[in-house]
Amino acid sequence: MGPRAILPEGEPPIVVEGLVNRFGDFTVHEGLDLTVQPGEILGVVGGSGTGKSVLMRSIIGLQHPNAGTVHVLGREITGVDPDENIGVRCQWGVLFQGGALFSTLTVGENVEVPLKQFYPEIDPSLRRDIARYKVQMSGLPEDAIAKFPSELSGGMKKRAGLARALALDPKLLFLDEPTAGLDPIGAAKFDRLTKELKETLGLTVFLITHDLDTLYEICDRVAVIADRHVIAVGTIPELLESEHPWIHEYFNGPRGRAARDTHDRGEMDLHG
Amino acid sequence: MEAAAQYSLEDDGAGGERLVLSGSYLISTIGFVDHELFDIEGPLSAIDVSGIEQIDTTGAYIAVRLASEHDAEMRCADPSIQRVLNAIDRTGHRADLTPPRIAVWKRVPMEMGQKVYNARSGIYGVIGFFGQILLGFASLLRHPSRFPMKALVRQMELVGVAALPIIGLMSFLIGVVIAQQGAVQLEQFGAEALTVNLVGRITLRELGVLMTAIMVAGRSGSAFAAQIGTMKLTEEVDAMRTIGLSPIEVLVIPRILACTFMMVLLGFYASMVAIVGGAVVGQLALGIPFFTFLERIQEVVPTYDLWVGLIKAPVFGLIVALAGCYHGMQVKGNSEEVGKRTTLAVVSAIFAVIVLDAFFAVFFTEVGWG
Repeated sequence: MGPRAILPEGEPPIVVEGLVNRFGDFTVHEGLDLTVQPGEILGVVGGSGTGKSVLMRSIIGLQHPNAGTVHVLGREITGVDPDENIGVRCQWGVLFQGGALFSTLTVGENVEVPLKQFYPEIDPSLRRDIARYKVQMSGLPEDAIAKFPSELSGGMKKRAGLARALALDPKLLFLDEPTAGLDPIGAAKFDRLTKELKETLGLTVFLITHDLDTLYEICDRVAVIADRHVIAVGTIPELLESEHPWIHEYFNGPRGRAARDTHDRGEMDLHG
Repeated sequence: MEAAAQYSLEDDGAGGERLVLSGSYLISTIGFVDHELFDIEGPLSAIDVSGIEQIDTTGAYIAVRLASEHDAEMRCADPSIQRVLNAIDRTGHRADLTPPRIAVWKRVPMEMGQKVYNARSGIYGVIGFFGQILLGFASLLRHPSRFPMKALVRQMELVGVAALPIIGLMSFLIGVVIAQQGAVQLEQFGAEALTVNLVGRITLRELGVLMTAIMVAGRSGSAFAAQIGTMKLTEEVDAMRTIGLSPIEVLVIPRILACTFMMVLLGFYASMVAIVGGAVVGQLALGIPFFTFLERIQEVVPTYDLWVGLIKAPVFGLIVALAGCYHGMQVKGNSEEVGKRTTLAVVSAIFAVIVLDAFFAVFFTEVGWG
């Protein structure tokens, strides 16, 4: 196994430069640049079909871009044989939209898979213990460990997917629409969990979302994708100042305003 | 590279020893020391984690578990390490990762009983499914405008036209092999001329239709099961029901009709190509001219041989399509089920076809079409 990639203190863990992605004649990204700062939760927003998921897939090496470079933890990802990147791969966790759990394994066994793959020297009984507390950390009840994915609800699948993403104690966490399809209470809990994990474990989180409440509650910065590149990155107050019509409509539409009001009320309760 | 995980035991007065952890306690380093740590006999009075450079939840889990096993005090000066330890402290899951396994002497009879029960309900299921199809036909007869013509034509193309090359090649080679191997045996009696009878009768009566049925079961029966099974998983079938479309009418009947009808044509085509294959061997190896071979076929093969083949073909087609659609509709749960049901569809279709073929052989001989 290659040595673990170690990022010098304070360097950005994800740097995307000049990314170009095309499917046939359809250009998804044209010269997209994005830098994720260490220890932040970066929310990525954009209309449907603007290539948020494609961007995530490019960063984690599932999609080969037509041009541009992606550096994760200081190592180049694009055009490099996956085997050479194991030192980076063992330090990220990915939660796919539907959870993407292995359907023939139980939740606990799902969490064990990355552990077995990357750290075969770990004793099986310790590995089971690790799987158990990861499942508990992700907020699933005890009896869910031995269940198969088909026996879980949508929200539980997401939590199980998160447990698997956290299995290797990653430095980077990629979440693709973690709260989509969850009830508001479940979504709020998931948000709190993400924030808690980031604070205790010092994670850097790349979070694709449509959920305005998530943006307000937990994201340190937000990147907006439109017109085939990142049109703005910044904190929400900064983006609220933006003149761009899409950003303006996004944050000042009825849902955007409702999310802001909820957030402001929450802040008032806290401070007042 | 991170520093390795290290530990040392120091005397801590009356309570016992003090375990001092240092270096990196990360998932990448823990696998080399966890055995030694859990083998420490103690008694430990305290675990000092202040010297740890880097810790993740796995390292914290080890420290917390050691502390609880030895009832030792955790000493930590670093707030960031303390925060990770706190995240772990609340854990208490002891559940097994896999569902509980039943003892083998209980499991074997249970599974046996389950198999018998499943076989019974499988037969009920198939009969019920066949009944649903008949009802579907009846309602289509009452409302002919609902007839899924487009789907039928599409399935006919997939089951029939698209299968022509592969079935043609297979039948041609079967004809070649029968003629060539038959000639070798018949030569011993000086009866090479009877090769024509052999090829003509066996392909029209038996092999043309039987081999085609097996091929169609592998090509189309499996496709039916996989397509319908996937549609069940993605809830397409449920969506159809809520809109008021009957999945039997929309999905099953076109496939059943296409397969039943195309099987007749494919079986006939297969027999013809096999005879041509035999005739080619006759021309090249046996000294029987190509067209003489074909003329002789007319003379030596009774017409009822053709009817035997043509009567069996739609029955086999129906069985193949029924097995494919039935198993497709039975899919539920996960993607593994689709694979299992697809296999079952092919296996049960081929099995049923061969069993029925044996009955047909006896039946037709009894009625004088031998």
